[in-house]
Amino acid sequence: MLLAPALDVGTALLWGVFATGVLTLLMAASQGLGWSRMSLPFMIGSMFTSHRSRAMVLGFTFHFAFGMAFALLYALVFEDWRRATWWLGGLLGTFHGLFMLIVVMPALPDLHPRMAGKHHGPTPTRQLEPPGFMGLNYGRNTPAITLVAHILYGVLLGTFY
Amino acid sequence: MPDADDRYAPIEDYALIGDCASAALVGKRGSIDWLCWPRFDSPSIFARLLDADDGGHFWVRPVADFSVERRYRPDTNVLETTFTTERGVLRLTDLMPVAGREAYRRELWPEHEILRKVECVAGTVEVDVRCDPRLDYGRIDPALDDRGPHGVFYNHEGSVLIVRSELPLVLARGRGALHGQVLLQEGEQALLSLTYDEGEPAVLPLLGEHAEARIERSVAFWREWAGRCEYDGPYREAVVRSALTLKLMTYAPSGAIVAAPTTSLPEAIGGERNWDYRYCWLRDAALTLRALYDLGYEEEGRAFFSWLLHATRLTAPELSVLYDVHGHARLEERTLEHLEGYRGSTPVRIGNGAHDQLQLDTYGELVSAAYEFVQREQTLDAWHARLLRTLGNEVCERWREPDEGIWEVRSGRHHHTFSKAMCWVALDRLLELHETGYVSVPADRYRETCGAIRAAIEERGYNEKLDSYVATFDGDRVDASLLLLPMYGYVEASAPRMRSTFARIHEELAQDGLLYRYPHGTDDGFSSREGAFGICSFWDEELFARLGRVEEARENLELTLSYANDLGLFAEEIDPDTGAFLGNFPQAFTHVGLINAALALEKARTDASLSPDLPA
Repeated sequence: MLLAPALDVGTALLWGVFATGVLTLLMAASQGLGWSRMSLPFMIGSMFTSHRSRAMVLGFTFHFAFGMAFALLYALVFEDWRRATWWLGGLLGTFHGLFMLIVVMPALPDLHPRMAGKHHGPTPTRQLEPPGFMGLNYGRNTPAITLVAHILYGVLLGTFY
Repeated sequence: MPDADDRYAPIEDYALIGDCASAALVGKRGSIDWLCWPRFDSPSIFARLLDADDGGHFWVRPVADFSVERRYRPDTNVLETTFTTERGVLRLTDLMPVAGREAYRRELWPEHEILRKVECVAGTVEVDVRCDPRLDYGRIDPALDDRGPHGVFYNHEGSVLIVRSELPLVLARGRGALHGQVLLQEGEQALLSLTYDEGEPAVLPLLGEHAEARIERSVAFWREWAGRCEYDGPYREAVVRSALTLKLMTYAPSGAIVAAPTTSLPEAIGGERNWDYRYCWLRDAALTLRALYDLGYEEEGRAFFSWLLHATRLTAPELSVLYDVHGHARLEERTLEHLEGYRGSTPVRIGNGAHDQLQLDTYGELVSAAYEFVQREQTLDAWHARLLRTLGNEVCERWREPDEGIWEVRSGRHHHTFSKAMCWVALDRLLELHETGYVSVPADRYRETCGAIRAAIEERGYNEKLDSYVATFDGDRVDASLLLLPMYGYVEASAPRMRSTFARIHEELAQDGLLYRYPHGTDDGFSSREGAFGICSFWDEELFARLGRVEEARENLELTLSYANDLGLFAEEIDPDTGAFLGNFPQAFTHVGLINAALALEKARTDASLSPDLPA
């Protein structure tokens, strides 16, 4: 079953926005408190522009859009399992967070047009520090914070969907 | 352990580089001994200036003995230090890259960067490099993470320092120091970059031709800025250097100008007169604004005035003596016991206890700045007009109170003549703005208070026996701040009482072209003896010029200028006996004084239709 007929798009999007907001808040707080330099909005926005302010605005927009898209994906899984609970959401969030840290982060230099390659120095077009395995380059607390933020994202969707 | 004097360079041996948000001091021996990031009053990255052993530093210099010459590249804040050894000549270029706003939109920039270019221009020179960051005023020896082609990273609590170098560097000591020695042949060069980012993924600095381009872009930025200086009179080079130094000490995001980029450089070696000057004082606000406008820097003048009113509205109707670059007034003073202090001068202080002092003169200085702004811009918005009226009303309420005075003495409150005069100035300027329609004030009340203040000053602030205005009511000591009375319009420079005061101040406070701010032995709460005060010396020359005594103004100005270091920079104080600098360095207000003295001299020269041969 690819598309569950009972998928509640409105609820998924609504709680997707809320869960993304909480995830963003947690990540931003960890930046402000000096626990991590991981900034998903900046990393996303700087794919499109080197203008810092514009990158942040674009990044926030895309980040929320991604958050809502993932909420639909989570909702599909809940529909497929015919149940949505906080712990199922948490499990999905754990998988989501680990996937980001272990697969996406190390691959980011190959995907991001302004990020320096893993094995080469910076170039005029690629100067952004790569995150490294599990985002550890951005601070040793980065994996834990990113994982917790994504688990919380899943828990919120699992609870309120 | 070597004597403290051998481990610390003289203050005048330092040069300033910066990026209009932060600054570093570079010594004659190629060592960056003071750096605070991300802004002027942040905890230090390098603080060898205050602790030769554990403060942290970044040096690039020849291994062999050398002699040194240095200069700023003309009309820039890009420093060139040339080391000459027996076997070759090495040139070191130091700067914090800057550029126009457009460049920041086109490219990703690290939040801050120091770029160092080393070139062997003759023979061969073995170069010694050592980078040893110690964060938080030397308290943290950060862990190092070598990421190969991306550089060496120091991660600490959400911020990151990155060292990238074209010279091979290896781990030298403990956790964090990098070291390298490389033989350079004539024509060879290398670049080193130290960057800072916080809160976000870092931007890795480019070296090679791209770093060269950043140097040239910075040179162009500074030259374009210096080229906007409209002053074309005598001592132009000193005036432009002062303007460039003020620009370096301007926190561009807010327009605030810090008094100095350093803390706790002592006013008396080994003494306790060690203060944190990395904040913005209201004192001299009007004179700073006047200097900026008279030189043609309207944008900087507007930004500075905007910061003044932004900061003061947060505390109005009370005014703090000083604010940080964002306008915060609660700057708790603390001492750093773990630092040795410059040549053993303790305590090292951060924050500034003067923030809770009462200085009534600040009302006059702020209102004068507003008056100056209105004269130039012909506008004042209603909100600012209301703020000024609030301040005027506060002056009417409080002018009878004793205060700590302009010099922030820590010996209690007194009735300072200068403070009272500045209360008069505040009300007088507000009345003028009222008459021209920019503000609306209770004019009768202000006139009455003005009259009462003047009567009190003339009766109790003037000592008939000394034939001079005096520092405090019913006192018998003079004070250099009284030289400002004509500059703020309280009294004509040529008025008999002012002339005799000027003569008395000269007699008691002048020495070898310099001026002390008050007589030795004045109870200011400290026992150590301080040096002559740089800005007071320039006030002295400005007053000579205002009196039309152009030759004396010129002679004295040249004498005072001769105390500048080899780069044209001044500290807060100077020891007249040795010429050594004392106090925080470089001092913005000393350079404001220099600019205003040169402007006054040029005006006097023009007014008198004199054309003596004055140097350019």
